[in-house]
Amino acid sequence: MSVDPHAAAHGHGEIEMPHASMRDYVIGFVLSVVLTAIPFWLVMTMPLSAGATGAIIMGFAVVQIVVHMVYFLHMTPKAEGGWSLTSLIFTVIVVVIMLAGSLWVMHHLNTNMMPMPHEPTSQTAGQVP
Amino acid sequence: MTIPHPAPETGPFLGKLSLDALPLHEPILVVTFIGVVLGGIAVLGLITKFRLWGYLWTEWFTTVDHKRIGIMYMILGLIMFLRGFADAIMMRLQQAMAFGGSEGYLTPHHYDQVFTAHGVIMIFFVAMPFITGLMNYIVPLQIGARDVSFPFLNNFSFWMTTSGAVLTMISLFVGEYAQTGWLAYPPLSGIAYSPNVGVDYYIWGLQIAGVGTTLSGINLIVTILKLRAPGMGLMKMPVFTWTSLCSNILIVASFPILTATLVLLSLDRYVGTNFFTNDLGGSPMMYVNLIWIWGHPEVYILILPLFGVFSEVTSTFSGKRLFGYTSMVYATICITILSYLVWLHHFFTMGSGASVNSFFGITTMVISIPTGAKLFNWLFTMYRGRIRYELPMMWTIAFMLTFVIGGMTGVLLAVPPADFVLHNSLFLIAHFHNVIIGGVLFGLFAAINYWWPKAFGYKLDVFWGKISFWCWVVGFWVAFTPLYILGLMGVTRRMRVFDDPSLQIWFVIAGIGALIVAAGIGAMLVQFAVSIWRRKELRDETGGDPWGGRTLEWATSSPPPDYNFAFTPVIHDLDAWYDMKKRGHQRPVSGYRDIHMPSNTGAGMILSGFCLVMGFALVWHIWWLVAVSFVATIAGAIIHTFNYKRDFHISAATVTAVEDARTRQLAAGA
Amino acid sequence: MSAKTITAPTSADEPVQFYDLDEHAHPEGHSTMLGFWIYLMSDCLIFAILFACYAVLGGSYAAGPAPKDLFDLKLIALNTAMLLFSSITYGFAVLQMQQGKVRGVQIWLAITGLFGLAFLGIELYEFHHLIEMGATPQRSAFLSAFFTLVGTHGLHVTFGIIWLVTLMVQLSKHGLIAANKRRVMCLSMFWHFLDVVWIGVFTFVYLMGVLR
Repeated sequence: MSVDPHAAAHGHGEIEMPHASMRDYVIGFVLSVVLTAIPFWLVMTMPLSAGATGAIIMGFAVVQIVVHMVYFLHMTPKAEGGWSLTSLIFTVIVVVIMLAGSLWVMHHLNTNMMPMPHEPTSQTAGQVP
Repeated sequence: MTIPHPAPETGPFLGKLSLDALPLHEPILVVTFIGVVLGGIAVLGLITKFRLWGYLWTEWFTTVDHKRIGIMYMILGLIMFLRGFADAIMMRLQQAMAFGGSEGYLTPHHYDQVFTAHGVIMIFFVAMPFITGLMNYIVPLQIGARDVSFPFLNNFSFWMTTSGAVLTMISLFVGEYAQTGWLAYPPLSGIAYSPNVGVDYYIWGLQIAGVGTTLSGINLIVTILKLRAPGMGLMKMPVFTWTSLCSNILIVASFPILTATLVLLSLDRYVGTNFFTNDLGGSPMMYVNLIWIWGHPEVYILILPLFGVFSEVTSTFSGKRLFGYTSMVYATICITILSYLVWLHHFFTMGSGASVNSFFGITTMVISIPTGAKLFNWLFTMYRGRIRYELPMMWTIAFMLTFVIGGMTGVLLAVPPADFVLHNSLFLIAHFHNVIIGGVLFGLFAAINYWWPKAFGYKLDVFWGKISFWCWVVGFWVAFTPLYILGLMGVTRRMRVFDDPSLQIWFVIAGIGALIVAAGIGAMLVQFAVSIWRRKELRDETGGDPWGGRTLEWATSSPPPDYNFAFTPVIHDLDAWYDMKKRGHQRPVSGYRDIHMPSNTGAGMILSGFCLVMGFALVWHIWWLVAVSFVATIAGAIIHTFNYKRDFHISAATVTAVEDARTRQLAAGA
Repeated sequence: MSAKTITAPTSADEPVQFYDLDEHAHPEGHSTMLGFWIYLMSDCLIFAILFACYAVLGGSYAAGPAPKDLFDLKLIALNTAMLLFSSITYGFAVLQMQQGKVRGVQIWLAITGLFGLAFLGIELYEFHHLIEMGATPQRSAFLSAFFTLVGTHGLHVTFGIIWLVTLMVQLSKHGLIAANKRRVMCLSMFWHFLDVVWIGVFTFVYLMGVLR
């Protein structure tokens, strides 16, 4: 964390920093607005079935995350010698394992649970109303 | 269950804290407390008498030198190890006594704290500081760097880990510790069943230390990725550096899971949310699921660096290049990924059903394959090698024999139907002590014996080392074989009293084993003391390379200078130092330059001190103090960011003086 | 690649350099960006746990209110807009920095901070409204998971704003020196990362919640 205010003056050279451009930010912003507005519109007006809407908005979210990564976070395969992208991919793998695994495990645990006498406060209460 | 003490009233000034919190009714604790106070006064008195405060503060507490921080981590680990082992002896004694109507000598309230504290301390405040300290010391030297990437952060991480340990130790004398087992499963750890402060000590001790662990993990990853000496491609990194990299990746990708899970548990306890309660839709099983998503990678965090140690030691003391370096690296990477796919084997019996259990049973068996591959690599390295049976190599061989058996009982437990019989039994206890003692601890002892000369410039005494070695190895098997047998007979863990008198003999044998291990620990402390005493005789005359080492840390002097290397080495081959020796490198003896180094700072210790106060205040619900220490922490951190001048240069003249001394030493040795 | 096949040239006369005699120190803070990115990845896992909890417990209403009864999508759309605007305004701050204009950076940072405050204000209003309706974090596992996930994001935004103010002071004291530029870029990563998390929140918590 050491910091030298005169690093550049010492001739150590500047550190590698992603270069941003107005074009990137504007493209990113416009895409995000579109990718945000459509899901909100779909859910608020419900032109499609719930299942289809759900699938579409999840797809849009994934695309929008990629847009933010590329245009706002300046993620490229070459940034930091590729380590930024590698660590991102590793994190995504762990997150997917964790989310999918937890859902899978907890679903099976819930299914195998003995039904409880006090139904309204049990795990399955959400499906009752 | 009976709750020993009702939850105390909370006052505005001291929260739940009152004189009743002092365990004056527990004679064991009172005596311990008196001992600690007298010992503490003696130590503080000696420091004051010899005027060491200034020295400690400027040279150690505020240091950002990775070597000194590494040594401080090791000292922390050693102190906490003695505490954790005291707990172990108490449990063995209790279980050997409590038969035939005898209640033993520990009350349930006390005994439950002892087994919880033993587990928590041994994992978080012994094993973790030991491996972090080891990686901190060795990795920058092995990659030819001058320090870690973020030296201040390194100091801060150390003090956060220490603060967590201190908070946990405070629970011994103020209040109580958790009585829940080392992972504090709800609903037992929820506010309804643990209304007192024990679980809160557990939570905040781990949260504070967890910050340190995560930051130190980030630090070491970046150090390895960014600061390698020129020419050291990934496939030319020493194996210990590789395994450290993977271990730190696991730290960064799993400790946040622990942090988040404990936050949810504390919300349940403090705010009354319903994540893990039995009511209003909460699911205690979700806690078990989440904590093991952290917990399984954690065991690989502990063992991977030691796999690296065994690789370095085997190769050095067999006088050969490591067999199958590439397969070793890939096996490590495989383990890193696979360790995220096995967590459910810790709760096969919770009722996930056949499909889930089979999946996780199979992945668990799969993960033993890369580990097995490593073992064969070590054996093939030794094959036809000229093996020198020095202490590090002895520990390595003991590891191989012990760990294989622990691994095999692990594969047994990976079979869900077998696990249904053995779950929560003493068989499980024997299994994981078999891998953690046989793997992690034996590895640490190998590492300490191997790198001690590097850190201090003299070897450890062999005679006491061998006594310690034999006591440990024999004591381990005497202590844990009975537990395997008892487990197969169906005896469950964490029991305080027993009815069946035929079991007593096994517990007595296990107790004897624990005493033999205690003798091993004693011999090790004597070994350290004797070696320090006889340091002149044991001095390493080779100028930094007493074992005929192969990696870069042996290229510099012992102990290394503050800047590690006067000139950064250039790497052409794996086993860089061996390559340099073989090709007759010439150590440059002139032309030194100023070396740019980070400056010491007290900020890390001060900030961690605020966090410690905040943790204590949170445990006791002293809200004004929480607020004050929180604001102090944030303000302190902000003030620290206004300090832009955090580096200095070691002048070329100083470097020349240090290096000239080494030149003379090398000439005298040759 | 067997390690044994790399045979090093052993002839002593071949010049092999084993030390870098003419080295240059690594530029200051050359590891900071990567280190901060890895920190963000670890933070990402904290959010992943909270999302996992919401995914598992999000249907456990305990006979209490469900997302349909609680969420006002217009308000969430407004809040999302605040965060999106703050993203592009932070982008403008970075562009100003690249042109070396301290004043411009500070102005755009201030605007970003105002959008952030607006976001927080709306979120607090929403929370207050929910709690008034009796939909407290203690009411059901669903609400515990909801408040914790959204609240943790809000807490991050709060710390982002504290950092932003600190940085503005530091910029006025030292100008666009290398250390400050690095800090602007780190906060940029932090801020945009919170945006990415918010995409998950509004899609998964609010929109999917209403669909449920």
